[in-house]
Amino acid sequence: MEDKIKVAGGTGLSAQDISSGKIFLTEDSLDCTYAWDTGVAVNRYLEELKKGKIIATRCRKCKRIMLPPRLFCELCFIPCPDWQYVQDSGIVNTYSICYVHWDASRIGKDEKPHLPAVIEIDGAAPGMGIMHILGEVEPQEIKIGMRVKAVWKPEAERSGSITDIKYFKPC
Amino acid sequence: MDKKVAIVGIGYSGFGSTTPDLSYREMIFEAATKCYQDAGGIHPQSIDSFVASSEDFMEGISIADEYVPDQLGAVLKPVHSITGDSLQGLASAMMQIKTGQQSIVAASAFSKVSNLSNHDGLVTYATDPFYIRPFNENPYFIAGLEMNRYLHETGTTREQCAKVVTKNRSNALNNPSALYGARIELEDVTEAPVLSYPLGIYDMSGHLDGSIVVLLASEERARELTDKPIWIKGIGWATDTPNLDSRIDGMGSAVYARLAAQKAYRMAGINNPFNEIDFAEIDDTFSYKELQHLEALNLCGPGEAGKLLELGCFAPDGDFPVNVSGGSLGGGYLHEANGLQRLMETVLQLRGEAGKRQLHDVETGLAFAWRGIPTATGAAVILSTRP
Repeated sequence: MEDKIKVAGGTGLSAQDISSGKIFLTEDSLDCTYAWDTGVAVNRYLEELKKGKIIATRCRKCKRIMLPPRLFCELCFIPCPDWQYVQDSGIVNTYSICYVHWDASRIGKDEKPHLPAVIEIDGAAPGMGIMHILGEVEPQEIKIGMRVKAVWKPEAERSGSITDIKYFKPC
Repeated sequence: MDKKVAIVGIGYSGFGSTTPDLSYREMIFEAATKCYQDAGGIHPQSIDSFVASSEDFMEGISIADEYVPDQLGAVLKPVHSITGDSLQGLASAMMQIKTGQQSIVAASAFSKVSNLSNHDGLVTYATDPFYIRPFNENPYFIAGLEMNRYLHETGTTREQCAKVVTKNRSNALNNPSALYGARIELEDVTEAPVLSYPLGIYDMSGHLDGSIVVLLASEERARELTDKPIWIKGIGWATDTPNLDSRIDGMGSAVYARLAAQKAYRMAGINNPFNEIDFAEIDDTFSYKELQHLEALNLCGPGEAGKLLELGCFAPDGDFPVNVSGGSLGGGYLHEANGLQRLMETVLQLRGEAGKRQLHDVETGLAFAWRGIPTATGAAVILSTRP
């Protein structure tokens, strides 16, 4: 591609100009790590995932079973202290097939693409669920509306994280 | 543009050195619920617009403004964030009402500084990468430079700065929401370990987690929502050059405070602030800042603040009480929410709801916030019980 570019004038920069110190740069990186307080709602959600269960909260006013659970309904603006378990199955609301890694480098020939999907969870209010990934499925077989079920990590490997569910597979 | 704007509700939550029991969303929801209850129990559906003040690096999430709506009841409503002190956010909310675009606007800010492993590193990251960072200093050297120059230019003494600390931490004992209240002696401050000469460890305020939400309304709506509207009479803000080595008036004076106050005074029709304002809540992130800001805000002449302090002028029973709440030195530093903390105390005093620390016969108050090192940004607000 580079040989197709015509330089109309001036002097081009090379990587060597920079590495040899001909061009001045200053480098720095942020030295700070964050440990976000989970609070009540996220904490219980993660605690239940560790047990292999998915829990939601229920709004007494609009009756939505909210997932991920929250301590207040953002629409009714009231506290929601009622907890309710939902299923670990649901339907694919939307999905994508990622042919590049996080840094935009292309996946290898034999590498399987990542399959992020939004799953509407059985028992939660319509349109509410979990953003996760799909597994045990070929990309061309995925359909919007397809039924899927959680595949959990073995109990000993769970850490109280959204990744305690390995992926959702067709069922 | 002559519409009057009032503060009709205020609420806070958190206010601890750590707040592991609540997520930032739950903490803000609590403050918002209290604020809306304070404004006659208004439901956020009736609020037209929302302004949050935040800084992505403080929250550890980029485009933090997108995470604002849920906890304020602002889903599907006009929302935007101001990357600045929360008094700058307040100014933005106020303008929406002044232009007639909106009638009721909420302003919010919070701190979860306890979630950061290295706040000092974050402050260093706010300094110039070419000129300042290569020295690899703890960032509080900037406060040391400012303090030293301020003392040199004005003849203010180290002891007078220490007196700010003893005053404010003692004031904080009468404020149930102030975290750092203590009865300490002048020597405790002057003989404490030095951080960055002449700044000692007690000359700086401690960190604070917490959230504050304020509700603003047009005159018409304010009368419906509350019996105790507090009117915003004037507001101003200004920023100096970021260059530490070439600040317009040097490191010794707070030019941003002077300019911010001039605008706020002009808008409020104030000619002699010391006589026309009854009390003030003024940024005291560091001890010398209270004195430096008092002078820049034209509440006294250069070099006079320290002497007036020693005469008791700024004590709760003095001629011009300053930081009766305990300020940041006594209450803790709330980062981007610092300005709303100063504002909240001013509102409580004007409403007569300041409990044991209530001042008598107060009608007009000043809240002033600085954005902290390494910034040269400040915002001033004049509040009054009269429209």
